[in-house]
Amino acid sequence: MDVVELSRLQFALTAMYHFLFIPLTLGLSVLLAIMESIYVTTGRTIWRDMVRFWGMLFGINFALGVATGLTMEFEFGTNWAYYAQYVGDIFGAPLAIEGLMAFFMEATFIGLFFFGWTKLTRVQHLIVTCLMALGTNLSALWILIANAWMQNPVGAHFNIETMRMEVTDFAAVIFNPVAQSKFVHTVSAGYVTGSMFVLSISAFYLLRSRYRGLAIRSITVAASFGLASTLSVVVLGDESGYTAGQNQKMKIAAIEAMWHTEPAPASFTVIGLPNITTHTTDYALEVPWALGLIATRSISGQVDGIENLVAAAKTRIASGMLAYGAMETLRAHPTDAAAHQQFDAHVGDLGYGLLLKRYTPKVTDATDQQIAAAANDTIPPVLPLFFSFRIMVGLGFYFIALFGAMFAMDSRRMIERHRWLLHLALWSLPLPWVAAELGWIVAEVGRQPWSVDGVLPTFLSVSNIPATNVMISLAAFVLFYSVLAVVEVFLMLRTIRRGPDLAPPAPRPAPFVAVAE
Amino acid sequence: MPEYEILRLLWWALLGVLLIGIAVMDGFDLGTAILLPWIGRTDMERRIVINTVGPVWEGNQVWFILGGGAIFAAWPPLYAVAFSGFYLAMLLLLCAMILRPVGFKFRSKLSNAGWRSTWDWALFAGGLVPSLVFGVAFGNVLQGVPFQFDDTLRMTYAGTVFGLFSPFAVLCGVVSVIMLTMHGAAWLACKTEGAPRERAQNAGTLATILLAVLFIVGGLWASRLDFYALQSFGGVNGPSNPLAKHVVLQSGALMNNYEAVPWFRLAPALGVAGALLTALLLRTRRLRVLAFLFSGLTIASIIATAGLSMFPFLMPSSLAPDSSLIVWDASSSATTLLIMTVATVVLLPIVLIYTAWVYRVLRGPVNAAQIEADLHTSY
Repeated sequence: MDVVELSRLQFALTAMYHFLFIPLTLGLSVLLAIMESIYVTTGRTIWRDMVRFWGMLFGINFALGVATGLTMEFEFGTNWAYYAQYVGDIFGAPLAIEGLMAFFMEATFIGLFFFGWTKLTRVQHLIVTCLMALGTNLSALWILIANAWMQNPVGAHFNIETMRMEVTDFAAVIFNPVAQSKFVHTVSAGYVTGSMFVLSISAFYLLRSRYRGLAIRSITVAASFGLASTLSVVVLGDESGYTAGQNQKMKIAAIEAMWHTEPAPASFTVIGLPNITTHTTDYALEVPWALGLIATRSISGQVDGIENLVAAAKTRIASGMLAYGAMETLRAHPTDAAAHQQFDAHVGDLGYGLLLKRYTPKVTDATDQQIAAAANDTIPPVLPLFFSFRIMVGLGFYFIALFGAMFAMDSRRMIERHRWLLHLALWSLPLPWVAAELGWIVAEVGRQPWSVDGVLPTFLSVSNIPATNVMISLAAFVLFYSVLAVVEVFLMLRTIRRGPDLAPPAPRPAPFVAVAE
Repeated sequence: MPEYEILRLLWWALLGVLLIGIAVMDGFDLGTAILLPWIGRTDMERRIVINTVGPVWEGNQVWFILGGGAIFAAWPPLYAVAFSGFYLAMLLLLCAMILRPVGFKFRSKLSNAGWRSTWDWALFAGGLVPSLVFGVAFGNVLQGVPFQFDDTLRMTYAGTVFGLFSPFAVLCGVVSVIMLTMHGAAWLACKTEGAPRERAQNAGTLATILLAVLFIVGGLWASRLDFYALQSFGGVNGPSNPLAKHVVLQSGALMNNYEAVPWFRLAPALGVAGALLTALLLRTRRLRVLAFLFSGLTIASIIATAGLSMFPFLMPSSLAPDSSLIVWDASSSATTLLIMTVATVVLLPIVLIYTAWVYRVLRGPVNAAQIEADLHTSY
């Protein structure tokens, strides 16, 4: 494998590993704030015990989330240095603002969340918990603004003097429609994960007849919050589909394995077996009109098929070659008026021209065959997208059913009589993680072959480093992360098995001690 | 819109503030981790040491994360060169920075002595390795880093991982470790009582004196190093393209700025004086908090010394001096710098206010009684 493949594999592994912890952090932080609000308003200590118990699990998870997030930040520089150089002007700002606005908040208050029980009043502690949850959610907002720019690069232009993308309209970057829908979709998915976590473990306690008071109350909170969140995930997932239909037509076409443009409104393939050699989908079960309605919200809007989009890419590559040629001329003769005109007319397709770098470093001398090959490269891997998407959506509907059933049974106080439902909840524990990881695959594999859609191909984004370096780091991460995962799961299970402290010593007022005696 | 020149200068200063923020805030818990095996002799003493930083290390680590993010946003080529050039050193730093949070969280979850002692040493490594790597990296930057750009600004790095450990760079690494150890000791002198406090005072005194000596040695050595001088460049408002300038190697060039602007000498002078004052204040009964503040001031002065010596260089290239990154050609666009300035002006004061509040809530030394009262949430 070369540096590109190795770096992609390393990024995928470390990002997916990081994303094991993040959804749970997002969901649990909000659940903790809800439980503590109930404690502060009712004054019943069982709710404080719940906050402390789920908080303990939250803490174990949070530490690894923070630690593995650092890896992601490093990798933009270590493995994707050309990406950092090429788009850092836009991509770096949301990351830095995330640090200032969100990370400081969550990380500063999580310390007080654990250590402040005896030092703060009830209301103060509740505020600390809420700010921690707010910080966590704000960090999701900023990182998804950054990610959305990679999917839909708005508010930026290419500066020939600095050979990179530069920001023109930061408001457009922040209010990117992809960012908005992605944020709500991802955060809701985190709430589903947190709710399922609480629901499953509480079901486990009920099945074993332990900590009944804590488990029942936890189920009430998790089932209702989880139900609302799953509904939000599915509805906002639809919003994501709509924005992708507007901005990333190839992603939608690949998810649907829609090889040819159909007359509007296109039908939705529920399941089938895409055949990447014949460009057909075998055994397809189709729902007429559905895709057209989801992607264009009209019955007349056309959803483009993969082959048509490849043909369009060919045109853009030819235009990109003109931009590249003009850029070369301008670098030698910065005042050439004709070259300026040509560059300005085609700069929007420069990224498509860069796709040719894989076949000919000069770009402008590409043959028709090379252009066809580069255009073909714009198709993301169809099979993983097709199946990941379907499993994710299927799980989404399953979550609605499960949380709905739990909510209905719980509100009628019948939850303990339906042991099968408790078993189902227990064994559904890993499913939100499966759905979240598949969602990540749909979003990021669907973006290929681009690191920034239409602007910078992934294969050009890498650092100029020896493959052995990446092999060493990849091996180090696999080893190190595996050990951490084992320890983490062991400590989680141990904490769950030992259960909550139901009669902790009553919180004492803080002894007043001055720093200098 | 303010001049590009002003924004670049401002972000050069803010880069310094961030590096100082990392060294001062994250630095005392790195130093605390380095001192852990010596200042904590019994398990309870070690828990006390860990719990002095327990509630604050997460917030402190954000300085480090923010430092990375801000360099990415304000100095993208610097980010690209530093991280991909020092690839394996960065990997080592990263693993250590991951080990530390995990160690804090996991160590006291089991009472097994072997488990705890393993994590104690993991924490020690988690404190030592980042301190060392930071210093070695600075040492390399002060000597020039072997990289160059092609005309699409793709960077090639020609160094090896062992090449990073030149004698001067190793000295810088040692200075950095001792500096953060001093800071950790000053912290522990404020936040512990009894025997651990005495040990912290002794360790701190030793570290401050060593630091003063080695900083002077390093300065004399640096004054004789070859450094880089700018011959011509695209102007202070020119485009951020590092290929439009000419740079030459010059003996003793790290001293040029001190001759041009004599009051820059205040920085190294404060570095030495601050270290010695810290040593004196550490021995007092009432002024230990002041010792901690002076220890922070010492760190700030030492980092400022490095930055002022190199200005306007951010990262000189030893392979192709013309590829060097300087303040005038390695920044983001003026628009991005302005956006980042607004974000910093609005958000940083809020961060400082709530951070100060948290430290106020947590004021006072940590003792065994507090840990026993809160067995499940204490580290």
